[in-house]
Amino acid sequence: MTTGAPEIMKRPIIGWGLHDGLVVARRNLIQTIRVPELLFFSLVQPVIFVLLFAYVFGGAIPIPGDDGASAYREYLMPGIFGQTVAFAAAASTVGLAEDMKRGLIDRFRALPMSSGAVLFGRTVADTLRQVLVLTVLSITGLLVGWRINNGIFNAILAYLLLLLFAYTVAWIGSWIGLKVPNPETASTAGLIWLFPLTFLSNAFVPISSMPGWLQVVAAWNPVSSVVLAARELFGNPTGIPSTAWPMQHAALYTLISCAVLIAIFAPLAIRKYRSTTSR
Amino acid sequence: MSDVIEASGLVKRYGEVVALDGLDLRVSEGTVLGLLGPNGAGKTTAVRVLATLLKPDAGTAKVAGHDVRTKPNAVRRSIGLTGQYAAVDEYLTGRENLRMFGGLYHLKPAYVKARTDELLERFDLTAAANRSLRTYSGGMRRRLDLAASLIAKPPILFLDEPTTGLDPRSRLGLWQVIRDLVAEGTTVLLTTQYLDEADQLANEIVVIDKGRVIAKGTADTLKDQIGGDRIEITIADVAKANSAAVALRSVSTGEVSIEDDRLSAPVSGGSTVLVDAIRALDAQDVAVTDLVLRRPTLDDVFLSLTGHAAEEDNSPPPPSRRRGRGQ
Repeated sequence: MTTGAPEIMKRPIIGWGLHDGLVVARRNLIQTIRVPELLFFSLVQPVIFVLLFAYVFGGAIPIPGDDGASAYREYLMPGIFGQTVAFAAAASTVGLAEDMKRGLIDRFRALPMSSGAVLFGRTVADTLRQVLVLTVLSITGLLVGWRINNGIFNAILAYLLLLLFAYTVAWIGSWIGLKVPNPETASTAGLIWLFPLTFLSNAFVPISSMPGWLQVVAAWNPVSSVVLAARELFGNPTGIPSTAWPMQHAALYTLISCAVLIAIFAPLAIRKYRSTTSR
Repeated sequence: MSDVIEASGLVKRYGEVVALDGLDLRVSEGTVLGLLGPNGAGKTTAVRVLATLLKPDAGTAKVAGHDVRTKPNAVRRSIGLTGQYAAVDEYLTGRENLRMFGGLYHLKPAYVKARTDELLERFDLTAAANRSLRTYSGGMRRRLDLAASLIAKPPILFLDEPTTGLDPRSRLGLWQVIRDLVAEGTTVLLTTQYLDEADQLANEIVVIDKGRVIAKGTADTLKDQIGGDRIEITIADVAKANSAAVALRSVSTGEVSIEDDRLSAPVSGGSTVLVDAIRALDAQDVAVTDLVLRRPTLDDVFLSLTGHAAEEDNSPPPPSRRRGRGQ
């Protein structure tokens, strides 16, 4: 042995949470680079959605208040952004279920690290991955006729709102990942709630085209507010504005609902993490 | 020597199933305790309680002087845990894995770097250090797993079935690593279902079944509990069985049993008794085709203590499949 006694770092004033979380996030991001196939297919899916909706459904879905030729494509892109970042939650679910199966969660729990760090690192990494996904999607959007009409500053705000939403659903996905018994279940349980979440919204069709009671559900769905806020900030068509409060204050409602959801699901997930063991 | 692991009266239930039923354990500093038992005996649950992963329903446990319930982080700083499967990241390289765990132990980066190189060298992984673990063999993964447990030089190591599924060569290699660590002063709690592994590595053995200690002692005292050595011979001509029995009786300490051409008898006095036996047999003009002095194995111990063999799955025990000692 050449090294001496273990040399421990000085404890940061804010505690170890950030440091440990970044170590875990780094690990999760390295995984992304090492499995380019996975990243490739996670990019292909939303691109296929853009093309399907733009060219197959686009002609059949009129946007009230805007009948320009590329109106639906401009309307569609923020919807695809919202749907795509919501579906990123499934990656958190499957990733944690796999860590659990491999015994990595057991091992992390036996380390003197911050107990929220594994989930913090996971959600941060899964959110950062969405930066790349949104970039590729935006380029695809530009190719099919989507435009940023409201200046770069507002566009950046739109992207930040989408990333905040991605971070929020990553916590919900993490909680599910710790609840399910194995990665096989995770791949189903991680996706199943995302279909109603994203389709009962204004992501693909205007809320005004839905039956009355569904309009209420869709108007209060945070996916609708983040998509509407993005449309407003990008300067894309929004359809006929709903009178529901969340639709009148889309950005504010997005911030509130993200804060509330994180306040619920982060403690739930961390509590589950603290008591969980593999098998 | 003081006890660095002390557990008393540990109880852990999962609904109806009692995984630990008042388990007591003590491990002295710098020794290896072999925790032996069939599948479902409670070995892994015991390790998880001691490694702060599970809270016991009752009982107390101290590791390195810290209570596992109230001071889990102090315990975690003193332990390394290597589980039943190599709990390392598949996609990271060997070096990246070790650096990650070093970071999570809050070690200084320069220390982690030096320690990583040292461990890679020691575990014969330097050549593979920058390769993703997907290219590693089972034995290499286990070595890296153990290296990751050692990054912060913990004084106490929990090894939960560390060689399960390894080929014999990798197994022997891992045994040597464990011996070296103990020689440097590490205390080890080793769970295993391989009796020879406990025999090889452990200073003391605790046999558990259904969450309770059913026997403890050194490998030798456990073997002595069920009787000493036996001499076993196979004779060339069955007609000479009686003469052979006369010969064996002259060196034996008890009953000689005869089964066709095979005879066995309890003896004491170690290997010199073999020479006496050969002389006695020669004097009786008995030709033997085989002659051995057999020490009882821990398998024998296990069978006599639990009524079932060690490898037999015991969760839950189907009565029809249990092999009683008398059957």
